[in-house]
Amino acid sequence: MNLFSKAKSMFIIASCAVIMLSTIPSSVYAGTTPDPSGANTGTISDVPAAKPGEPTLVEIGNAVGHNRVAINFVWTLVTGFLVMFMQAGFALVEAGLCRAKNASHTFAMNFMIYPLGMLGFYLCGFAFMFGGFGALGTLGGYSALNNEITVTLFGKPFGILGWSGFMLQGVGYDTAAFTLFLFQMVFMDTTATVPTGAAAERWKFSAFMIYGTLIGSVMYPIFGNWVWGGGWLAQLGVNFGIGHGHLDFAGSSVVHLQGGVISLIFAWLIGPRYGKYNKDGSINPITPHSIPFVMVGTFILAFGWFGFNPGSTLAGTDFRIAVVAVNTMIASATGALAATLWVWLVRMKKPDPSMMANGMLAGLVAITAPCAFVGVGDSAIIGLISGLLVVESVFFFDKIKIDDPVGAISVHGVNGAWGCLSLGLFADGTYGDGFNGVAGNVTGLFYGGGTSQLLAETIGVVTCIVTMGVISFIVYKVIDMIVGNRVSEKDEIEGLDIPEMGIAGYNGFAMDKYSETHHPKG
Amino acid sequence: MKKIEAIIRPHKLDEVREALQEAGFRGLTVTEVKGYGRQMGHSEIYRGSEYTINFLPKTKIDIICADGNQDKAVDIILKHAKTGEVGDGKIFISSVDEVIRVRTEESGDAAV
Repeated sequence: MNLFSKAKSMFIIASCAVIMLSTIPSSVYAGTTPDPSGANTGTISDVPAAKPGEPTLVEIGNAVGHNRVAINFVWTLVTGFLVMFMQAGFALVEAGLCRAKNASHTFAMNFMIYPLGMLGFYLCGFAFMFGGFGALGTLGGYSALNNEITVTLFGKPFGILGWSGFMLQGVGYDTAAFTLFLFQMVFMDTTATVPTGAAAERWKFSAFMIYGTLIGSVMYPIFGNWVWGGGWLAQLGVNFGIGHGHLDFAGSSVVHLQGGVISLIFAWLIGPRYGKYNKDGSINPITPHSIPFVMVGTFILAFGWFGFNPGSTLAGTDFRIAVVAVNTMIASATGALAATLWVWLVRMKKPDPSMMANGMLAGLVAITAPCAFVGVGDSAIIGLISGLLVVESVFFFDKIKIDDPVGAISVHGVNGAWGCLSLGLFADGTYGDGFNGVAGNVTGLFYGGGTSQLLAETIGVVTCIVTMGVISFIVYKVIDMIVGNRVSEKDEIEGLDIPEMGIAGYNGFAMDKYSETHHPKG
Repeated sequence: MKKIEAIIRPHKLDEVREALQEAGFRGLTVTEVKGYGRQMGHSEIYRGSEYTINFLPKTKIDIICADGNQDKAVDIILKHAKTGEVGDGKIFISSVDEVIRVRTEESGDAAV
C-alpha cells in the first residue's frame, strides 16, 4: 500500500474512533480528571440507571430509598463495632480491680466470653430473641423473622419466645437480619461479661465456660424477647394500655439489669473471697492491682457507649441520635462527679478512683434506657442520682456480705433498674411516637404522662429480677453439679493464674508476693 | 571483715551511694524491703472499708568492708540518710566469717 492510501486509512480509523468515543457519556471523561476537592465526584451518572446518566424518576426514587437504608445499615454496623470494643473495656476494668495474681484468669474470662456468647447467640439465641421481631423497618423492612411463640392470657396475646432464623439460615440469611444479628450480639455479650466480675478471683474457668455457652443461647434471649423481640413486656401498651409497654431504648434492663441480677445470684451463691469478711462482720478491703487499667477501661466503655445508645435507633437517618449521644455523655459526667464528691466529702476521706470509675459507669447504665426519651437536663439528674446510688449500693452489699469485687451488682443491677424507672419519670414527650405500636410520644410522670409509663417500667424491672434470678439460680446449681463453681481454698490463696490457666498474667515482674499477710479473724 | 546492713529511706539511696563511692567503698547490694519501727503504719479507706498499711517501703543496703573501715562507712550513711524525722532507719553491723570473689576465687580482705 502506498503512503497516501496508508494515510487515508489512518484518517478513516481515527474519525471512526472520535465518532464512537463522542457517544460515550461525559462521566467517563470526568473519571480521568483529578478531583482534589471532590466537588465533581458523585453525580447523576452514579444513580443506577438503564441509560447511564439519564435515570428515570423510578430509578432515582430507588436510589434514594437504597441510600436511606444504606445509611441505616452502615450506622447500625459501625455502632455495633464500637460496642464490640467494650469487651476490652470490661476486661481492663475487672482485671484492674482484682489482684495481680488473678490477672490472666480474669482477663481470660473476659476474653472467652466474647466468642462463647457470640456462638450461642448465633446458634439459637438470636432466633429465640428476634425470631418473631417482624419488620426491620429502618433496615429495609424485611419481615420474614415473624414467628413468635405466643400464649393467650387474660384474653390477650403474650409473646413468649421467637422461633426463626436459627444459625442465620433460611429466612435468617438476609442482609438486614445479619445487621440486626451483629448489633444485638454485641449487646448480649455486654450482659454476658458482667457476671465474670462479680464471681472473679474464685470462679473455676471450667464453670465459667459452661455459663458462657448458656448466656447467649438461652439465658439472655428470654427476657430480651419479652422487651425487644416484640414479646409480652413490649405488648403491655397495646394489650393493656400501660404506657408504651415496657420501654428500654438501649438496654438498662435487657442488658444491664440482667447482668446485674445474674451477678447478684452468682456472687451470693459462690460466696465471698477468702479473707474478705471477718466473723464479727468487719470487712477487709482487697486492693485493686491496677487503677490505670480501671480508668482506661472505663474510658473505653464510655467510648463504646456512643455505639450502645445512639446505635439503638438502628438508623443514622433518625436525627434523635444527636440527642441520645449528648444525653449519654452528660449522664456519664454527672455520674462520675456525683460519686466522686459523695465519696470524698461525705462518706470517705479521699476521692477513691475505683468509685469514680464506678460512678461514670453507673451514669451510663442508668441513661441507657431513657436516653432517647429525655432531655439533657434530666439526663444530668439521672446520672447524678446514679452516682450516689452506686456508692451506697457498694457499701450495702458489703454490709450484707455479698462480695462483689468490681461492683457489678451496683453498677449494672441497681442502676439498670433505676434507669428504667427514670424513663417512667423523666420522659418528656418529644420522641417515641409509635414505639411498641402505641401512638403518641413517650411521656413520663414529671411531664404530665401520669404513672402509666412508670408502671410499665416497674413491671419490666420486677419481671427481670424475678425471671433472671430464678434462671441464674438454676444455672449456677446445675454448673455446681457438673464441675463445681468455686475453686479450692489453696488455689484461691495462691492466685488462679497458675492453677487455672497455667501461666501467670505477669512474668518477669518482681511481684510483692508478701502483700497478703492476712488471715480472716474469727 | 564486717557487714553493714543499713535500712534507709528509698529516696536517700542515690545520695548515700554516691558518698560511699567517693569514699572508696567499691561494692554495694541493694534490696527493696518493707518494714516498720517506731514509724508504724496508718489506715486508709477503700470502697468504704478501712484497711491498715502496716509496712512502709524502705531500702536496705549491704556493704562488706575490711575491719576498721566500718566506722567510716557508718558515718557516711548517717550523714546522708538522716532527715531528722521518725522513719530514718537503722544500721546493723555484724562480723563476716569469709568473703570470696567468684571470678578469681580470692578470699579475705583482697576479696572485699
